[in-house]
Amino acid sequence: MTITYYLALSVILFALGAVGVLVRRNAIVIFMSLELMFNAANLVFVAYAAYYQLINSQLFVFFVMTVAAAEVAVGLALMVAIFRTKHSIDVDQMSALKG
Amino acid sequence: MSIQDLFVILPTLVVVVWALALLLVDAWIPKERKSLTAWLSAAGLALALGLALAQRGLSPLMAFQDMVVRDGFAVFLEIVFLSSGLVAIALAFDYLRRLRIEHGEYYPLLMISVAGMMLMAQANDLLIVFLALEMLSLPLYILTGIARPRLDSEEAALKYFLLGTFSSAFLLYGVALIFGATANTSLPGIVEAMAGVSATVPLFVAGATLLLVGFAFKVAAVPFHMWSPDVYQGAPSPVTGFMSVGVKAAGLAALLRVFLVAFPSLAAQLSPLVAALAVLSMVVGNLLAMAQTNMKRLLAYAGVASAGYLLMAFVPYGQGKMAGESVSAMLFYLVAYALTSFGAWAVVVALEQSEGRGLEIEEYAGLGFRYPWLAVPLVIFLLSYTGVPLTLGFWGKFYLFRVAVEGGYIGLALVGVLTSLFSAYYSLRVILRLYAVGTPQVQGQRWLTLLAVLLAILVVGLSFLPGPLLQAMGQAVLALP
Repeated sequence: MTITYYLALSVILFALGAVGVLVRRNAIVIFMSLELMFNAANLVFVAYAAYYQLINSQLFVFFVMTVAAAEVAVGLALMVAIFRTKHSIDVDQMSALKG
Repeated sequence: MSIQDLFVILPTLVVVVWALALLLVDAWIPKERKSLTAWLSAAGLALALGLALAQRGLSPLMAFQDMVVRDGFAVFLEIVFLSSGLVAIALAFDYLRRLRIEHGEYYPLLMISVAGMMLMAQANDLLIVFLALEMLSLPLYILTGIARPRLDSEEAALKYFLLGTFSSAFLLYGVALIFGATANTSLPGIVEAMAGVSATVPLFVAGATLLLVGFAFKVAAVPFHMWSPDVYQGAPSPVTGFMSVGVKAAGLAALLRVFLVAFPSLAAQLSPLVAALAVLSMVVGNLLAMAQTNMKRLLAYAGVASAGYLLMAFVPYGQGKMAGESVSAMLFYLVAYALTSFGAWAVVVALEQSEGRGLEIEEYAGLGFRYPWLAVPLVIFLLSYTGVPLTLGFWGKFYLFRVAVEGGYIGLALVGVLTSLFSAYYSLRVILRLYAVGTPQVQGQRWLTLLAVLLAILVVGLSFLPGPLLQAMGQAVLALP
């Protein structure tokens, strides 16, 4: 398989994620779409690391995964906090701030 | 990794270790004595600031397989970030107690964010840029929501988190594409790969564009500014003050370093994009600021406009010798903006009452007579935003416009001057309100009044010696190629 297939798949994943962030309304689903975007980048890293035969570049993925895990911790905590206050995590209903 | 490497990043290391230790120590500090945590964290930042100041003028040092570089540029920005951290603690000190949201973790989180910003200025590898960006952003998401269960603070935190992560994803994908195109993530390595024939150019341009989008989100440039007014309004005001200076400066630091070191060859493709961002930010930022009735939103849009002015000077970065002038002008404006913005936020923080009262411009009526020591500095800061002579903001804009004109972008400079007129309108509107007849529905705070007066003196005083200041900025960028 040529590298183009991997690249095409990752572009599709990234686009799916970006569209998901823009059209979905539930904060958790938006967050899942964000993870999809991160993993699209991971796919590019791994595919090209194998293509260029660079072992150290495969490690980037672990950094990205660690960061994503940290983001899950913060993001879910925020969602729990907001759910306790208003019993909803629908981003369309977040209208305390306007102007 | 060797011990030597750890010495190179000593100030950053001090801040991180201090913050983590403070997180533990804070657990033993009783709830009514959290000001002790504030003093301890200020001591940590001051120690790091002392170290950074002592290391000015050293030759550039590399560490961690050249992933981190500490040159004049990095040390200069470290000093800016550490000072911002100190001012942010001063802003929060009294506010948190007054609004009964005094959580001890506020200060360690602030320090970790500062450390992330410092790392951002030192990054010599796109992976470090990404990690530093996350390190500075994650604590800020939490700080934005620290006033929970206040709904606006929680909503702002969630919005900031989702949009901030969205922008990080763009940046990361950009890094991935650049790695794909050049087999490198280190900035010098990218330049080498581009000089050879091995690189794939379309992939590289796509990656660089995505990086630009990611940075534009962080500096809140139009059309990637949507988060900033909401987040600035919802976040506790001291956090907003810190964000408005720190995040913008960090985003800009990374933008300068990455684009100047790694992408000089892309100037032809990227300059028009940067110019479009600059024009949009200047026009939209200033126009929308005119329509605001809330002081925090007004300052948010003023910050968006400032990002536009900064990016304007970045447009001619590819023209060889212009790069140095462009960077020193941008750093000068950044310092002017930092002092002005912190000052304005100090006044806003001082006047904010519980339950979000005291933030509407209407409520400032008559303030000029009742609290002259807060009103006069606010007038000075607003004039400095606009760029009126005798304030540091004037020289900041002057040098930016000069770079744009010398780079051959006279149209851009004209847009800048014209939009400055808009900003004069909203500044004057607030100033007139300050001296209108009426009883102010706000109360001033002594501690913050002192800070505001001090910053106002700096904004006016430093405007008498712009030359030496600009020279100092020039030395800060000498190490850049």
